[in-house]
Amino acid sequence: MNRVLLADRAATAVLWGIALFVVAILAAIIGHFVVDSLPTFTLSFLFTEPVSDGIGGIGPLLFNSIYMLVLTMLLTIPIGILGGIYMAEYASENRFTNLIRLSQEVISSVPSIVVGLFGMTLFVIGFGWGFTAIGGALTLLVFNLPLLMRLCEQAIRAVPADERAASLALGSSKWQTIRHAVLPVAIPGVVTGIVLTAGRVFGEAAALLFTAGDAVPSNYDYSFISLFDPRSPWSLFHKGTTLSLYIWNLRTESTNPDKETIAAMSSMVLLVMVLLFNLSSRWLGRALQRRVSGL
Amino acid sequence: MTIQQGASPVTPTPPTPVPVSSLQPAVFPGIDPNAAVKLRAKDVKIRYGARVAVRDVTLDVPEHSVMAFIGPSGCGKSTVLRCFDRMNDLIPGATVEGTIELDGQDMYAQNVLPVEVRRRVGLVFQRPNPFPMSIYENVAYGPRRHGLKDKGRLDELVERSLHRAALWDEVKDDLRKKSGLALSGGQQQRLCIARTMATDPEVILMDEPCSALDPIATLKIEELIAQLKTEFTIVIVTHNMQQAARVSDRTAFFTLGEDRAGYLVELDDTLKIFTNPANQLTEDYVSGRFG
Repeated sequence: MNRVLLADRAATAVLWGIALFVVAILAAIIGHFVVDSLPTFTLSFLFTEPVSDGIGGIGPLLFNSIYMLVLTMLLTIPIGILGGIYMAEYASENRFTNLIRLSQEVISSVPSIVVGLFGMTLFVIGFGWGFTAIGGALTLLVFNLPLLMRLCEQAIRAVPADERAASLALGSSKWQTIRHAVLPVAIPGVVTGIVLTAGRVFGEAAALLFTAGDAVPSNYDYSFISLFDPRSPWSLFHKGTTLSLYIWNLRTESTNPDKETIAAMSSMVLLVMVLLFNLSSRWLGRALQRRVSGL
Repeated sequence: MTIQQGASPVTPTPPTPVPVSSLQPAVFPGIDPNAAVKLRAKDVKIRYGARVAVRDVTLDVPEHSVMAFIGPSGCGKSTVLRCFDRMNDLIPGATVEGTIELDGQDMYAQNVLPVEVRRRVGLVFQRPNPFPMSIYENVAYGPRRHGLKDKGRLDELVERSLHRAALWDEVKDDLRKKSGLALSGGQQQRLCIARTMATDPEVILMDEPCSALDPIATLKIEELIAQLKTEFTIVIVTHNMQQAARVSDRTAFFTLGEDRAGYLVELDDTLKIFTNPANQLTEDYVSGRFG
């Protein structure tokens, strides 16, 4: 066989192999937890409270995971997108913007446990808040914001200059051009950024351990709605232990005889949540793009 | 024979002088001598940083006429064109000296907003650049940004603009179903013209609008230009001299000087430029001996 053809076949085979390997890892992880947890899984596991002896449930932890996700993304998404717009469209290239980019990279690569210690020093001890959901969310913001900002900046920069020129030539202002011509085209990139940062909120344990705490919650009264009273599960100042931290807690401190089963089931729930969030964000992004493009 | 770098793909070699009989009689005997001056450039010099790109441009564009800018690549035709809607403002380091007037008013005066200028002067680009939106949203884009919200009036404006761009019959059934990018190149360019007309400009600038199109699509755009000049003042940059001869009333010939800066050599009735130009450089260019 011709050497060029042989090299082509070999390259194709290697690339296929790598792709297959990645899919196989994901399948193995999901398969492992499904096999481990499906026999004991019941729907009530999702909604009941954890117990110290027996399987119990993960209701409050699931609630906290979603609560932390919403709270963190409420802070991250607007600031991240606006910051990305500033860096892509308004900031001039100078030492100040280079400093911003350098900081973004440094913060993104700092180990999350270090960021967690910083959050503890500032929010838990410095502000005297103790372990709170808002302290955890603000700590997550520290390393999520630079990442989302950078990803948004890249998505906006990737929009062809033709789109901007066309909009400006029609007599639109710079902001109108960004809002109506540039952002709609950048939506898929922005959604990817949101999915990546949101995944870190679901999965993060180290940074939250020192800021939101890993206390196993009980006696959640969802009818008690308050933004500031720590006794309300809706409060910014309640202890926001997430599902990831519950898994951590089970495998370290817990004396529960069923802890391994609970950890496996919780892991599966976590995986499914990440997957659902990923798919629904992409669907939402596409729907949004259809809406703004009038198609 | 050497092939000119950057020459338009439509005319790889400059054509021989256009015989008078092939010129469209509708365009002549030229423009109303009493027509008001719509655009005026006086002693214009444009720099990119320290480099002078174009110098010594003085010209008047009468209302409801078509003026063509011709000349070799790099002579600054597009640069001059983009001064008329302040699109050069977007290029860092570009500066304009001299005066440019729209209806006798200085377009570069302190109190004039570029956004306002661009509402009165539209620009059609070399490469068709519709937005990745539905045909309807493409045309409605400008009016929406200028504050038009009423759905009935928008519908009416979109339909009228597409009619004027001779595109309505081809797209009326999928205004909201089809993306502007799903149209053919020629249709995309007519969509861009419709989009520009929807903002109700007084002047339409065209920067080599047919260079990316096939001959049939080109012919459609040229027919369109002939119709549009009853309502608009049009300035068109073209590399295709037959096109300049077919569509324009007056032609301005630019070339590159010894100092590597472009300048305006001659401006006259199109018929005269192509049959009996006053300047030897023009004569050489239109007869294909140079350029």
